[in-house]
Amino acid sequence: MGSTNSTLSKIPNVEELMQETGFTPAHIVRLYDRFEALDKEKTGHLRPQDFGAINRLAMNPIGDRIIGAFFSPGQETVDFHSFVRILAHFRPADKKHPKDPSMPEPVNSRTSKLKFAFQLYDQDKDGKISRAELLQVLRSMLEMQVTEEQLESIADRTIQEADLDKDDAISFEEFRKSLEKVNIDHKMSIRFLR
Amino acid sequence: MSMSDSLVSCGHLDPVIAQGSTKCREARPRIHKTLSLVSLCSPTVVELNHNLTSVIPESALLIIIGWILGGIIYGADKMQTFTLTPTVFFFYLLPQVILDAGYFMPNKLFFSNMGAILVYAVIGTCWNAATVGLGLWGCWLGGAMGDIDIGLLQFLLFGSLIAAVDPVAVIAVFEEVHVNEVLFIMVFGESLLNDGVTVVLFNVFDAFVSLGGAEIDAVEIIKGIISFFVVAFGGSLVGIIFALLISLLTRCTKNIQIIEPGFIFILGYLSYLTAEMLSLSAILSIVFCGICCQKYINANMDERSVTTVRYVMKVLANGSETIIFVFLGISAIDPAVWVWNTGFILLTLLFIFVFRFIGVFLLTWILNKYRLVPLEFIDQVVMSYGGLRGAVAYGLVAMLDENKFKEKNLMVSTTLIVVYFTVMLQGITMKPLVTWLKVKRAAVTELTLAEKIQNRTFDHMLVAIEDISGQIGHNYMRDKWHNFEERWLCWFLMKPSARKSRDYIFNIFHQLNLKDAMSYVKEGERRGSLAFVRNETKADVDFNKKFRASFSEIMPDIMADNMGPDHVPLSSILQDIVPSVCLDMHEQDLTMRESEDFNAHHLLQQHLYRGRKQHRHRYSRSHLETNRDENEVQEIFQRTMRSRLESFKSAKMGVAPAKKIQTKHQKKDKPQKMPNGNSSDKSKNHPYGDKGTCSFLKKHYDMMKMYGNHVFDTIPLIPVQPLPQARPPQLRGHQPPVVCIIIQSHSKAISRICLILENRLD
Repeated sequence: MGSTNSTLSKIPNVEELMQETGFTPAHIVRLYDRFEALDKEKTGHLRPQDFGAINRLAMNPIGDRIIGAFFSPGQETVDFHSFVRILAHFRPADKKHPKDPSMPEPVNSRTSKLKFAFQLYDQDKDGKISRAELLQVLRSMLEMQVTEEQLESIADRTIQEADLDKDDAISFEEFRKSLEKVNIDHKMSIRFLR
Repeated sequence: MSMSDSLVSCGHLDPVIAQGSTKCREARPRIHKTLSLVSLCSPTVVELNHNLTSVIPESALLIIIGWILGGIIYGADKMQTFTLTPTVFFFYLLPQVILDAGYFMPNKLFFSNMGAILVYAVIGTCWNAATVGLGLWGCWLGGAMGDIDIGLLQFLLFGSLIAAVDPVAVIAVFEEVHVNEVLFIMVFGESLLNDGVTVVLFNVFDAFVSLGGAEIDAVEIIKGIISFFVVAFGGSLVGIIFALLISLLTRCTKNIQIIEPGFIFILGYLSYLTAEMLSLSAILSIVFCGICCQKYINANMDERSVTTVRYVMKVLANGSETIIFVFLGISAIDPAVWVWNTGFILLTLLFIFVFRFIGVFLLTWILNKYRLVPLEFIDQVVMSYGGLRGAVAYGLVAMLDENKFKEKNLMVSTTLIVVYFTVMLQGITMKPLVTWLKVKRAAVTELTLAEKIQNRTFDHMLVAIEDISGQIGHNYMRDKWHNFEERWLCWFLMKPSARKSRDYIFNIFHQLNLKDAMSYVKEGERRGSLAFVRNETKADVDFNKKFRASFSEIMPDIMADNMGPDHVPLSSILQDIVPSVCLDMHEQDLTMRESEDFNAHHLLQQHLYRGRKQHRHRYSRSHLETNRDENEVQEIFQRTMRSRLESFKSAKMGVAPAKKIQTKHQKKDKPQKMPNGNSSDKSKNHPYGDKGTCSFLKKHYDMMKMYGNHVFDTIPLIPVQPLPQARPPQLRGHQPPVVCIIIQSHSKAISRICLILENRLD
């Protein structure tokens, strides 16, 4: 397709991007169009305000956290590559690929997806979800009527269930273990990014 | 040849006349009316037991009631005096059902899936008609049906009328089964749009049968194909014209609001009749009339008129549907029409079932190559299984001319049996099927708390990522249409005042204010009168809960600043007092700890915000949407805006706590400078900055400006986070902030309406 090729050529390092994320050229083009639509000032980077312009994210309890997840710590802008890389987490897993231990973990593998989810909780990036962090997430996802006591009790019980080494925080391994029965691929994939 | 022509030719314009005793003839009109009323009352019988309706769909129960009534009448008259005649059905019962469907149609969903819906409606129906007709013909040639006087063309005609999925039946059955919205809109949209095809096919084959087989050549066939386009597009065009008319009309009816609702119904019906008169597709006309006008009339009309229209629409549609199903039942109890031909009937059932499955799977396989979000296997199964036939097929078959169609009675009986089979059997088994198919994949064990929380997080995450990746939005055509619509259509069709208030975000503010105002009034009434707030300082109010006692300190302070009983933020503070959730919990603290586990799970179940995917659009015949989703959205929105503002404020740590600026009284009408010293260069320091804070609000400041002294200016976004029990002594410092969002135009900060987030926690 003529238009695909011309758009693709505008993107630097697009081959590498496709290789890394597994997106098809058509997808990359679609995402690029979306990126440009969000980037109203045509700077080539997205800032939090640009994400903030998406009205519906304000209606999402964890919308702001998701926006935060796009930005690496210390960075204030997202370029197209990072944008695509984050979105690549949500590709449905390729069932046909044989597990090749020498290749790096694909972006949309179960572990990577879980890491992404883990980072949503773990805002201070210390590798553990502390009680306070869990409380924050819970607060944002529960209706206003729920009291602090109730919140704290839920948080306590959750940590109790998941915390195996009794350090009152949930590490990544514990997180992964508590979700071993959940079909992560199904729950964290968007079909249109296939 | 339109429906009315065939009606005349069939001599069905007069209702079935009771031949027999004159007593019957006299009593007939009265009985007719009684019967209609009785059938209208039957839903109440059915509603008495909700458990029953969740297993057996209402439509099936109504048919059974129809059987009973039919039996009674037959027993009394020795013949069936009342049947569902085509005139009554097509002119008096069907239009309101379809208008209701069109008016409440979720437009965005409908149009975004329009391609797929059209494929199913047009190609799917043609496929069904052709395969069923040809299959039956083949079997007849093979001798499976015995000796009946019928030909290929008649088989094709029968195929075309039995092929169409019926909207009435689909609504009735899918109401109980809550499938996902895309699936629902597919089946529903298909059932509405296939009328264009059905009418054309029916008329074409009817004409062919009249001509006789010998006369058909390529010209006729081409004429038939062209007539499809004419009928379908013509019908839609008529509908759209009438939608424009209605919108224009509502734009001008400011002074006669009381009869506004009447116009909607009259013009809707008129669109139906006009299309019918022009031999175009009447159903398509009324559907598009409903679809296109809903937005404009909802904006233009007074709220009470809108409510009236909605309720009357539902009443009429419900009533019609009930009568239709009851009469479908009654019509069966008539030995005169029963001709039993095992082969014909069984083969018909088999073919419509099997060919529907094949057709849907085939078409979906093709469609999935072009769709962004492919339709899954389960969805396809439900779609095939949900291809219900109903009263439209019966109405069409009853219109056939007996002289041309010797086997008309056979066809009538078969149609009735098909309708009963699909509505009752498939209707009853639909829900178990859906649950069974989904449960097959999910685990049955009880989830842990972590899993529950995480599942919900995933839901929200997916919704957010979908929004970010723009799966649904930002289509070039959609954008163009949107712009066109905003610029021209809304200008033309909407009242000026309606145009201003149609903004979504603004509507949320409006709802929040209304909510606050209402709770304020409730609180006032609870305490005796609204005047109490004026006398707060000397009020002798019963602050017997210690929580409230502490508030009395705060009240005077706030009172001093916020004048007047209609200062809304006050109500929100009160709103915090009124729900005694927190208070009770404090006392029951001990008891709670005993059953903590149960409570925790229960709490999560009840109070987690549902993700947007679960805010399914529930098209329901009997329920108007509730506001639960809106509450959630408002709460979440409040919180998000608050946290964004807090982070915005934290960027200006050095600045003194922002003073509250009252724009309520518009004394300083356009404050030129804000105490916070918001300036655009600060935005660089902080992610959200000024622009980000209200990047999507800034364009609305014009609208806000317009409201001047109105209470909207100080829109409170009180955090309804219940104040912590443990810290009553600190209440002074932890007052519920009076929130004002700062709206700035980053282009020129001339007039700013301020909603400042004020947190008196130093």
